Amino acid sequence: MELQGFGHLLISGAWITIQLAICSLFVGLLFGILGATAKLSSSKIAQAIGNGYTLFVRGMPELLLVLTIYFGSSAVLMAIASIFGYDEYIELSPFIAGVIALSIAFGAYATEVFRGAIQEIPKGQREAAMALGMTRFQTFRRITLPQVWRIALPGLGNLFLVLLKDTALVSVIGLNELMRQTSVAVGNTKEPFTFYFAAAMVYLFMTSISMAGLYFLERYANRGYHGARA
Amino acid sequence: MSWEWDVIIEHFPRLLQGAWLTLELVLLSGFAGLMLAIPLALMRVSHRPWLKAIPFGYIFFFRGTPLLIQIFLVYYGASQFEIIKNSALWPILREPYWCAIITFAMHTAAYIAEILRGAIQSIPKGEIEAARALGMSYPLMLRRIILPRAFGIMMPAYGNEVILMLKGSALASTITLLDLTGMARTIIARTYTPLEVFLAAGVIYLIISALIIFLFRYLEKRFNHHQHWPNEKPKDLDPQH
Repeated sequence: MELQGFGHLLISGAWITIQLAICSLFVGLLFGILGATAKLSSSKIAQAIGNGYTLFVRGMPELLLVLTIYFGSSAVLMAIASIFGYDEYIELSPFIAGVIALSIAFGAYATEVFRGAIQEIPKGQREAAMALGMTRFQTFRRITLPQVWRIALPGLGNLFLVLLKDTALVSVIGLNELMRQTSVAVGNTKEPFTFYFAAAMVYLFMTSISMAGLYFLERYANRGYHGARA
Repeated sequence: MSWEWDVIIEHFPRLLQGAWLTLELVLLSGFAGLMLAIPLALMRVSHRPWLKAIPFGYIFFFRGTPLLIQIFLVYYGASQFEIIKNSALWPILREPYWCAIITFAMHTAAYIAEILRGAIQSIPKGEIEAARALGMSYPLMLRRIILPRAFGIMMPAYGNEVILMLKGSALASTITLLDLTGMARTIIARTYTPLEVFLAAGVIYLIISALIIFLFRYLEKRFNHHQHWPNEKPKDLDPQH
């Protein structure tokens, strides 16, 4: 495949894509844990917030979410800033807006994965922790969370693959990630098929690496469980 | 910050117009995708390695790359080749509408094929053996036993896939189509009220996905009619489970 010297452009774009995916993963995991905690909490208000979050975000296209965060955030941020007496124009950078939008989307699905994983941990363990005098936060951090990772890993892995592909949507708001750099190369060379196909191969490579990584992570997480679960 | 209801009310008919195009895209590509997924899934469960390899490569490509790149490959990529430009296909591949439907159909077919494969493989073996014992040929078995059973089993997962496709259809707006997202973007370009219009569009998407969920609950009941007895579902009826 002849890339006419645009190969480095694609590589620089791929690097931004990776950064975007990793940042969104960490923020998204945080949203997921918070969402699951809200859904499983005994407070009706927290439950309503958790349910509303997953219902709305899972029913809305990711592209619409990216656009809403990027174009809508200015109005919200400026309204907040004007309370504190700051009246200049504020705008989020495409990268920050992309991380926020992708992590909100990731978090909504991760909420369900975490909720399922937390519920799968036997109730007796939490009762035992309580009997030992641990606080609820200590129980969560010491008993529940370490086990949740193992159960949630396959689900989270699938979500990460979805996230990796969704990073392409951030090109719509002008972040110079792989997809947009490819479009730049296409604009210069007038060879759309060659370049979009090359970019597709880069995405395919990234998803394959992630799948292999997930396989090893899962094996590592389950190292104490060979044959223990039917 | 001021919230302008007037903009939403004034442009609501246009948003609905966009929603109609979104529905059209999802339904047409969903149907075409299902038709394409059946042979793919059947090849995937075959025992011949070379026959298995074709759907494997297809599914690997379409599930491993972003939908955005696939839609650009079809819409912009096709114009790179003179052969396509001179062929009878060009009047179709020139239209963003057909490009979107073709791409969505091929994309969703890869996902449906995997769901269908799982469903075919989870049909109790006894049912297929029974069909064989009755002397059914493969096509007859396919029509009477395998596909009807597989559709019943796959219904919940297929419903999820249709909702994912509904969300994916927003990408049609990147190739100039005025679907719900595209319409929202044009309205915003004129009125500059992003929060109001995008949120209104989001609510319409939510309503459409709710409708899809209800439709699939109904379809699930239809296809699995034999399992929903009037009073109580009989347990342990199938010795295979």
